[in-house]
Amino acid sequence: MSVCRSWLGQLSGFNLSLSRQNTYLWTMTGTLPERFATWFASRGWTVRPHQLDVLAAAAAGESVLLIAPTGGGKTLAGFLPSLVELSETPHVGLHTLYLSPLKALATDIARNLMLPIEEMGLPVSVDTRSGDTPSERRKRQRDEPPNLFLTTPESLALLLTQPGAQQFFGGLRRIIVDEVHALAGIKRGDQLALCLARLAALAPQVHRIGLSATVAHPAALMAYVSADRIIEVNGGAPPEITMILPAGRLPWSGHMGLFSAPEILKSIGSAGTTIVFVNTRAQSELLFQALWRLNEETLPIAIHHGSLELDQRKRVEQAMAAGKLRGVIATSSLDLGIDWGGVDQVLQVGAPKGVSRLLQRVGRANHRMDEASKAILVPANRFEVLECEAAILGVAARELDGDPPRPGGLDVLAQHLLGCACGEPFHPDAMFAEVTSTAPYAMLTRQDFDDVLGFVEDGGYALKAYDRYRKLFRDAEGRVQVRSERIARQHRMNIGTIVEAPVMKVRYAGRGGGSLGEVEESFVNMLVPDDTFMFAGRLLRFIRLRENVVEVADGGTGEPKVPAYAGGRMPMTTNLADRVRGMLQDPSTWHAFPEPVREWLDLQKLRSRMPGRDDLLVETFPRGDRYYIVAYCFEGRQAHQTLGMLLTRRLERFGFVPLGFVATDYVLACWCAREPYDVARLFEQDMLGDDVEAWMAESSMLRRTFRNVSVIAGLIERNLPGAKKNRRQVTVNSDLIYDMLRRHQPDHILLRATRADAAGGLTDLGRIAGMLERVQGRITHMALSRVSPLAVPVLLDIGREVVRHEDGEDALLEDAETLVAEAMGETEPPPFMPMQEPAILRPNVKRGRLSRGGGTLFQ
Amino acid sequence: MTPAPIHFAGERLMLDPCGGLFWPARNTLIVSDLHLEKGSAAASRGNLLPPWDTRVTLDRLALMIRRFGPERVVALGDSFHDRNGAGRMQPADLARLRGMTATANFTWVLGNHDPTPPEGLDGESVEEHLAGPLLFRHQAITGAGAGEICGHHHPKAQIPTRGASVTRPCFVFDGKRLMLPALGAYTGGLDVRDPAIARLFPRGFRVFLLGRDRLFSFVFNRLAA
Repeated sequence: MSVCRSWLGQLSGFNLSLSRQNTYLWTMTGTLPERFATWFASRGWTVRPHQLDVLAAAAAGESVLLIAPTGGGKTLAGFLPSLVELSETPHVGLHTLYLSPLKALATDIARNLMLPIEEMGLPVSVDTRSGDTPSERRKRQRDEPPNLFLTTPESLALLLTQPGAQQFFGGLRRIIVDEVHALAGIKRGDQLALCLARLAALAPQVHRIGLSATVAHPAALMAYVSADRIIEVNGGAPPEITMILPAGRLPWSGHMGLFSAPEILKSIGSAGTTIVFVNTRAQSELLFQALWRLNEETLPIAIHHGSLELDQRKRVEQAMAAGKLRGVIATSSLDLGIDWGGVDQVLQVGAPKGVSRLLQRVGRANHRMDEASKAILVPANRFEVLECEAAILGVAARELDGDPPRPGGLDVLAQHLLGCACGEPFHPDAMFAEVTSTAPYAMLTRQDFDDVLGFVEDGGYALKAYDRYRKLFRDAEGRVQVRSERIARQHRMNIGTIVEAPVMKVRYAGRGGGSLGEVEESFVNMLVPDDTFMFAGRLLRFIRLRENVVEVADGGTGEPKVPAYAGGRMPMTTNLADRVRGMLQDPSTWHAFPEPVREWLDLQKLRSRMPGRDDLLVETFPRGDRYYIVAYCFEGRQAHQTLGMLLTRRLERFGFVPLGFVATDYVLACWCAREPYDVARLFEQDMLGDDVEAWMAESSMLRRTFRNVSVIAGLIERNLPGAKKNRRQVTVNSDLIYDMLRRHQPDHILLRATRADAAGGLTDLGRIAGMLERVQGRITHMALSRVSPLAVPVLLDIGREVVRHEDGEDALLEDAETLVAEAMGETEPPPFMPMQEPAILRPNVKRGRLSRGGGTLFQ
Repeated sequence: MTPAPIHFAGERLMLDPCGGLFWPARNTLIVSDLHLEKGSAAASRGNLLPPWDTRVTLDRLALMIRRFGPERVVALGDSFHDRNGAGRMQPADLARLRGMTATANFTWVLGNHDPTPPEGLDGESVEEHLAGPLLFRHQAITGAGAGEICGHHHPKAQIPTRGASVTRPCFVFDGKRLMLPALGAYTGGLDVRDPAIARLFPRGFRVFLLGRDRLFSFVFNRLAA
């Protein structure tokens, strides 16, 4: 079993050079018991220093956070103390709880643990649990708890709602939290933190071991685990990262990287096994098709992303582990997970987006710490060349990015409180202390806590209509309990913090047609019969929709559509954005760029100017019958989207008649019917005042956030026992409820939770606020007579990006109705009016432009 | 607020952007699927939805009663979300509804959610209501003659526009049958392309989407089966 070999192979990777590279914040070397030392020796392995350090810390009764790069033998380090302890003192019942965000990981690790346990004959029992565990095995686990129990945060939350939780967890000694970096700061992590606090109350003697990849904020993770100390393994061989460009023309825009397909195929052909990482599921489908069109040698190349059928993903993973594939096109679905020994190189097609993310992906190649991982970046356009170069420098400088974890979600707290009430009765004061002992909720106010509890109890509405439907009751001592077993049962079906966008299954038409995976409902709504679309690496023809199943056949003609998924595109990190800005400002770094990029930048300097590190360059120029405003903000696409909405409102108010905007990771471009002037005023800080409130209230982003919040908080149920309720109805209801709450109780705790999520979770507003503050008084306006070289990519993106109107649905309907009526001859079209020249304004503006902007005019 | 006139079975009817139908010749207002007390019905099952739905639905009804001043109101069934709905109303809401039933004659057509007459409310309860050439019933019957006015399915339509597609509750009309949108604050909708609705309009139909101030009309051609 190659999966098994590679995992344990991490041990044998130890050599002397490694210990020189490692630095420890703290060193305390324990010793391996005789039995273990012999066994290690019999396999020709040596234990690593940090593994002994964890052992020693555990023996001293400390909780630790182990930070090590991929391939550092972290997982074994986590389990070693428990194996040693259990070999010396056999234990009845649960001893160690292992938690991982991936349930597949738990299964693989349990299998790997059996090797030392069996070969050394240790008296240790191991078992796993996830949502798929059959009820018979669950019952056995309850009756005879295993010593080592491997599960997910969701399954743990579920176990804690069971009345027997005290007995089950009472004797627990140790908790291992794997991939802490992937949990802290997201809602799954909030839930886990609350459950860990619950466990600490049930089993006060418990110690924790957190395992994490290298991160920018180790102190925050240490607080998350409540560790007494950090054991950090630095280094490992630095990765070798290079860049390849397409032969011939370097594209001005586009994010798919399909131009580079021949070079990508060549790289796959020249290495043993390659993972080709892309940024979106749509990109993976497109690139897969592009590669197979060229793949004359029929190299075995597969595709892997989160919307594919689980079976198919498993098959690809197994083929990969067995060394049967030369390449896999993958999205973040392969960012985490069990190590494959045999990956020789990693390709990143499209912008890397962040240093930490790139390191994580690069680390998937050659999972041995002492050998350099090899990775190749494939930028899809000119700007991405800059971003790739910035990322390579960032990796070399080990400048990790990522925001510190945000405060815990109130929706998660609501779910947790109901869960606790289902298990054991609790006193609100004690529970408040328990909750605020966790890092995510350390700053929680008593008011918010009481409001959340009130929401769980009776909805927390100003209109007290539900007294008889309370979910909780308080006994004579003021302890809170769940009102009925039925409510507890309902709650258990709603546990979890992952809320997916409404999706539909894709299946071949006909009896017993195989299932291919899922696409989002919004994509299906665009399809008409006989449309062709790309999915699961195939070209499919849409036949019909049958009870929420998309029925398809192979083949089809015409331009294929590609399903897009919400949240698929992540923004560039601020860290990387700073680097890109810095490089643009400093021509001495340009020698590293390929010829076309250098020429492009030189031309920009000549025709306009370069964006500075601390200022904001805004260009305006006419083109066709429009005036364009291009702002070089470098704050990431999502932040630019928000800024675009705000800027459009402002342009409207200033009378410039905005017509639309487009946002990329680097730039925001708006276009107007009137020539904008006094540009610096547009970007004043008060932009974030009333405009944000108004925009937020109407935004569909907030509605989506509310939907997630209310599903997690339990206001909307995922699974109603015995009721047939499809996801379509969930969507409708959450919008209705949102409007209802906004109108009747705008300060309701769920609306507060939604606003906190939207503002804090997405960090767009924070980035915009930071930028506006930074550039105050430093806005450089270049009034140009034509498009500048740096603005070309964003102008090419116009039309490719959908500009979503968040409001004005009625206007859209009217527009559609009028067009149809005109086409049908039911009404007369309006007389044709060419764009009106603002005759009076224009000469003034033209004269004033030179003095106001102070920029050069070229032509 | 601009109602849209249609001609149906020789009668002139006004579709209201709030979702009701007014028949000037008989001074009658027709509404459908109020689903009053849906919120408290969910609450009794442990799902504590915001409790203002009955108030909001009554607001809509009151608005149309004020606008048209009807002599008769026909509620096309599913007026209450379940048979005990009327008994669960908040005193203020109940008083308000009683005020309405005092100013107009209410005809409660029975629906699948409320198969029994609402307790403690004035008005007559009927399975169907026949008035002139028009037959009012909760759920359409396949093969019914021209002049059927029904509710039950909560029709909504999705219209592609520039930018995004827009989904709204709507009237559905094909010259022989008119289906009303649901008026209730917590009623979701069923897409008019769904076979359950589409097969009732086999020759295609016109939809009237509810807007803030007016209705928006689009034609749906006969759908492939």
